[in-house]
Amino acid sequence: MNELKAKPIYLDYQATTPTDPRVVDAMLPYFYEKFGNAHSRNHSFGWEAEDAVELARGQVASIIGASSKEIIFTSGATESNNLALKGVMKFYGKKKPHLITTVTEHKCVLDSARHLEQEGYKVTYLPVQQNGLVDLEQLKAAITDETALVSIMAVHNEIGVIQPLKEIGEICRERGVFFHCDAAQAVGKIPLDVNDMKIDLMSISGHKIYGPKGIGALFVRRRPRVRVVAQITGGGQERGMRSGTLPTPLIVGLGKACDIAQNEMAEENARIMELRNYTLNRFRERLADIYLNGDEENRVAGNLNISFAYVEGESLLMGIKNIAVSSGSACTSASLEPSYVLRALGVDEELAHTSLRIGIGRFTTREELDQAVDAICNEVERLRDMSPLWEMAQEGIDIKSIEWAEH
Amino acid sequence: MAYSEKLIDHYENPRNVGSFDKNETSVGTGLVGAPACGDVMKLQIKVSAEGIIEDAKFKTFGCGSAIASSSLITEWVKGKTIAEAGAIKNSQIAEELALPPVKIHCSILAEDAIKAAISDYNTKNGKAEVEAAE
Ligand SMILES: Cc1ncc(COP(=O)(O)O)c(C=O)c1O
Ligand code: FES
Repeated sequence: MNELKAKPIYLDYQATTPTDPRVVDAMLPYFYEKFGNAHSRNHSFGWEAEDAVELARGQVASIIGASSKEIIFTSGATESNNLALKGVMKFYGKKKPHLITTVTEHKCVLDSARHLEQEGYKVTYLPVQQNGLVDLEQLKAAITDETALVSIMAVHNEIGVIQPLKEIGEICRERGVFFHCDAAQAVGKIPLDVNDMKIDLMSISGHKIYGPKGIGALFVRRRPRVRVVAQITGGGQERGMRSGTLPTPLIVGLGKACDIAQNEMAEENARIMELRNYTLNRFRERLADIYLNGDEENRVAGNLNISFAYVEGESLLMGIKNIAVSSGSACTSASLEPSYVLRALGVDEELAHTSLRIGIGRFTTREELDQAVDAICNEVERLRDMSPLWEMAQEGIDIKSIEWAEH
Repeated sequence: MAYSEKLIDHYENPRNVGSFDKNETSVGTGLVGAPACGDVMKLQIKVSAEGIIEDAKFKTFGCGSAIASSSLITEWVKGKTIAEAGAIKNSQIAEELALPPVKIHCSILAEDAIKAAISDYNTKNGKAEVEAAE
């Protein structure tokens, strides 16, 4: 337990990332020296801010192969997802009231879909396969003449799986349906090209890519043109799609974060992938009965989601307090329901309670991972010695054969 | 979530972890909860001929509060009569460990577990009616 006093180790890079110091440096002048309003057209303070915003817009566009005219700044991926789903459905919904998404999307996509349903739109929630990937045949079968939009995320925030974007894009384009992709966890982590992948709208978040919190973007395709109904109205900024004074420092930060990611992604990914495989191997060497949730091949480099069978996730987190990871356990959530994502993969409920998500990122070191693996394994072993389920498993009793009184 | 020192102490240094042979007539075993709900508690008591709980052991799959609740109740039941042990209320456990509201059910599980262990012991020793009459 002496590790409790040690410096905390951050392994929760899917929750958020630290802002890269180079990003902070780029932002700083725009708070005081260059504080102008980018919409002030008649003096140099405004021009200076506008130039900075347009440079950033180009940097964001560049990392996804878009043109800068197609980038709308928002407050983050939550807002971008809301704008994409509600904005498109409200524009096209009279003729095409049908939206398709998946059961494992981020809560902000699912919640936008629910709101649309309440307003009378039709929504299909596609299941995913055991590896977390959508079945393309099911997607094809779900598209009808009334479908306006398909919304499927690029990289999953909990299980890290990468959806077959290019194939999905082709299916959508062929059927004349727009494809929105929540790429909050994907930008700067996997190569993305909105033209090659035939993506029509894409959500981006600053704080997942070593940029600041409170800024994001939505890519909205110009050719063929995608129309959205603004969800925030006012001064008509961002071509009328998103009103509000642009937060220049945050936008500069998002642009810089994209610029760094674009230049360093290949090298960074190789390093993180090596660390991830090293970590997974160390767990596998030391512990029996652990399971990787989500596809191992089609997976972003920095994500591990592991079920440590017979050990409940919250109790595990309590024992590794200086290691910041997250858990799919019900006991860590206010609702006391285990992760809806793991359940959608068909992961047994008892295993869903035992999962940890370990996120590896730009500033993670091998030493930190070594410490984390040791601490987690020690705690898993301690808790298994305390677990009646582990005891039964060692005695050869099938836990499923027992009639439990579920509450 | 901020947990009390007592709770953390029981979680970090749980008392009476282990198992007795559940086939012994002096042993009562309670197994409550469900893996799918994320909590399973096994609580065992060893009862003397005079009806005193001489020893108790537990194993728990569950959150830190569930582990601490079961550890605490094994301490409490030792030296008590079966009737006294059966009268322990979850609210006493929740109060002692200062459980936050969402964790109250973990203490209920501990109360259920001791009741189940007593009932198992009574059934084994043909005392079911005596206890029920009390
Ligand atoms: C896949 C995904 N979509 C959307 C969001 C929301 O992003 P933001 O925090 O920028 O609103 C997140 C982050 O929580 C995410 O992981
Ligand atoms: S066992 Fe799940 S909250 Fe206590």
